[in-house]
Amino acid sequence: MKTVHRIVLLCVMYAGAVWAQGNLEINTPAISQLRDAMQARHAQLAPHYASGALGLTADGRIALRDANAVPLSQRQAVQGLVAQENGDRDALYREIARANGHPEWEADIRSTFAQRWIGRAQSGWYVQSGGQWSRK
Amino acid sequence: MNRSHTYKALTRQSPPRRSMTIALAASALLAGCVTINIYFPAAAAEKAADRIIDEVWQLKNGSQTPAIPEGKQP
Repeated sequence: MKTVHRIVLLCVMYAGAVWAQGNLEINTPAISQLRDAMQARHAQLAPHYASGALGLTADGRIALRDANAVPLSQRQAVQGLVAQENGDRDALYREIARANGHPEWEADIRSTFAQRWIGRAQSGWYVQSGGQWSRK
Repeated sequence: MNRSHTYKALTRQSPPRRSMTIALAASALLAGCVTINIYFPAAAAEKAADRIIDEVWQLKNGSQTPAIPEGKQP
């Protein structure tokens, strides 16, 4: 009977551990590095969100939706920033999935982020849903 | 929780009660397995996303952001 008790105790402890894990791991060096790079880049991107040149896409990326809103002299630089930002965002979603031991969660993490980026965007910024751009 | 107390509490139980406890513990274990292996932890992912967005957009003490919905649990 003692074995059964031991098993019961283990089950209860295990269930407790599962219940306690309400957070995803996001404090790995790779994730911190991506987050810091994106934070530094945001200062350059922010005026272009406000002008409507850039918008937040439904797949958790950003896009140059209106190139004419960017002065010609800056256009190439902004395109470069968009490419870097999207590279970092893709890597971020992949890294979070990997850091939590579930690489297959990448798509779910991406769509969660997409919703939160859009949900928390400032008013006046453009966001995409169902292929259409709308202004918040 | 004290280990020996749990043991005593279990041995004190009558057999039907004991099997009920075991069944409950087993279903808790099963629920745990399902939680870990199948379901994507949506609420935890939202929290993680918000923490990173706070940092990237520097919104920690900003008031221009809408409140984060907290009611949702997996």
